Amino acid sequence: MYKYDEVDHRLVRERVAQFRDQTRRFLAGELSEDEFRPLRLMNGLYVQRHAPMLRVAIPYGHLNSTQLRKLAHIARTYDKDYAHFTTRQNMQFNWPALENVPDILAELAEVEMHAIQTSGNCVRNTTTDAFAGVAADELLDPRPYCEIIRQWSTLHPEFAYLPRKFKIAVSGSLEDRAATWVHDIGLHVVRNEEGEVGFRVIVGGGLGRTPMVGKVVREFLPTRHLLTYLDAVLRVYNRFGRRDNKYKARIKILVQAMTVEAFAAKVEDEWLHLKDGPSTLSEADVAYYAAFFTDPSYETLAANSAEFVAQQASEPAFARWLERNTHAHKQPGYRSVVLSLKKTGVPPGDITAAQMEVAADLADRYSFGELRVAHEQNLILADVKESDLYQVWLQAKQHGFATPNIGLLTDIVCCPGGDFCSLANARSIPVAEAIQRKFDDLDYLFDLGDIDCNFSGCMNACGHHHIGNIGILGVDKNGEEWYQITLGGSQGNQSAIGKVIGPSFAQADVPLAFEKIMQLYLEQRLAGERFIETVRRIGLVPFKERVYAKLD
Amino acid sequence: MQNLIKHGVVVADDNWRLLRDEEAEFAADENVILPLSRFLQVQGGEHCGALAVLLAPDSDPLVLQPHLASLTLIAIDFPAFADGRGYSIARLLRERLAFKGELRAVGDVLRDQLSYMAQVGFDSFAIREDRSAAEALEGLADFSEQYQGTVLQPVPLLKRRVPN
Repeated sequence: MYKYDEVDHRLVRERVAQFRDQTRRFLAGELSEDEFRPLRLMNGLYVQRHAPMLRVAIPYGHLNSTQLRKLAHIARTYDKDYAHFTTRQNMQFNWPALENVPDILAELAEVEMHAIQTSGNCVRNTTTDAFAGVAADELLDPRPYCEIIRQWSTLHPEFAYLPRKFKIAVSGSLEDRAATWVHDIGLHVVRNEEGEVGFRVIVGGGLGRTPMVGKVVREFLPTRHLLTYLDAVLRVYNRFGRRDNKYKARIKILVQAMTVEAFAAKVEDEWLHLKDGPSTLSEADVAYYAAFFTDPSYETLAANSAEFVAQQASEPAFARWLERNTHAHKQPGYRSVVLSLKKTGVPPGDITAAQMEVAADLADRYSFGELRVAHEQNLILADVKESDLYQVWLQAKQHGFATPNIGLLTDIVCCPGGDFCSLANARSIPVAEAIQRKFDDLDYLFDLGDIDCNFSGCMNACGHHHIGNIGILGVDKNGEEWYQITLGGSQGNQSAIGKVIGPSFAQADVPLAFEKIMQLYLEQRLAGERFIETVRRIGLVPFKERVYAKLD
Repeated sequence: MQNLIKHGVVVADDNWRLLRDEEAEFAADENVILPLSRFLQVQGGEHCGALAVLLAPDSDPLVLQPHLASLTLIAIDFPAFADGRGYSIARLLRERLAFKGELRAVGDVLRDQLSYMAQVGFDSFAIREDRSAAEALEGLADFSEQYQGTVLQPVPLLKRRVPN
């Protein structure tokens, strides 16, 4: 992974010093609340329901064990012994005291971490495929480009005060696992007819109040032009994006208002002046950053050793975990392990300080000391030998992250909701738990198969409910919490925005509605058909009829 | 104009008067900064003082191209500090139009913006009247480096550190 040099260290230290002084001036009354707000937001600090919330950047979801131990230390020292992984692959602390935040940032800086631009109207943490570098279907390792984008976007003087937040995702594989169609800019690696690798540039996707699938503004951008083209897109947005209404300020609204053709033409116009300028990437530049992301020293192993096969045969629970919680690896004899943070009774994405330390130990012992955070809010050990999987399973089980539910209905992607967030209309955590309890039978859950379930406590859509195969949105009706259910959303190459099936439900009725939807799916599915495929084939009407039949 | 930082030092008054009002009166020998439309009317006329122009965040800086030779100062307005359009306008003036004169940030201009403003090409800052220019000056030193290519350093750090 990327290693800071002296200049990276210096810049982060300077940002800590700057923020320390901004906090001091705010506490001394020299900065008003209105003046301090954008400054603290640009450093990941929200003022929440109970206390400030600090969001720490985990660039493109990559962590090493030292960093995770530091996060555990911060959770213990400055917070309540736990933290929360977000859908932007970041980590949130829910209970820090404002006056301690500069010290927390100084501790983070020691391990090459920060909270720069994890919030505010600026370019946010770039996200990518959690299996980058180890996935079998990869055209290009996206991580060097993510690091280049991280540096380009960090403390960018021209784009620090954009109309609204700005999110970039990069996918390097054939199958898009980075949700590039629902980002402000999605960069999807493609190969052109000459065999050259470049990016398809998708602009104007996004969730929130006005969910939209993005549009292609450039079918093929040679990788060397990455930064000048990003500058052109951002400059057009910075100058012409709406600033009069925060709900109309995302780039998707500008693209829609201008039409994608006119927007693309304006970007090309701007780019003509920037193209081949000093920010053009040479092969040496890309090679320099790629050198940080070389393969670890894999052993030459045979896949599926006799012992490994025997372990699966004698221990069905291990086989089940293996099926759901590990992923194929490009290197024979290795697999990637997903540590589930979706145990029933624990808020999705939450992790205790003790679990962080266990995960760091597992990474050191079994996966070259590195981990990834998935945007589905789980942790990943990317490079585990098959012969170590049994041990990893035993230890993960002991510490509460071996729930074999990855990709299943109970692997719910969920925002913190009304229990923590001051924006939320409704609580999400207790409802997610009620669903997990309803579907606690593993055989039934396995039979239902792959289902993305996403839950947001308000229309800001932090839980990405629009792209859940089944999505839940908390809504407020006269001060009461109600829940809307959507079906048919999906991420990846066939990205789609889910549609609301009908009137919203009271909290207690959500699990039952889920059960009816799943029953209908089991009745209707063709052999081998996944839930989302059945929804696409038969449409929403049968589900609607089933769910609301007895309510009339 | 007071409370001004210019070329890295606080200056008390540099004899430019900023007239935001399109109708404002001024003497024939005064040095005035005028809103764009007023500037376009007045320039080339009888005025014997110096003329400068104030660009609003939604102004198109490219309309100044024919006048650049006669302009020694362009001011860019920041009606609210969260309005970032002026940063792009400054870059366009410096990089696209190669404007070499003074580029001044006016309006809601505070200490915490100065280091970014300097990077995109501003070299003078009219600090909001209720704040101290001397204290704001420290903001210019917040960062010793920039990752990106900027007006001050066109080659980005992320390229400069790559061995050739």
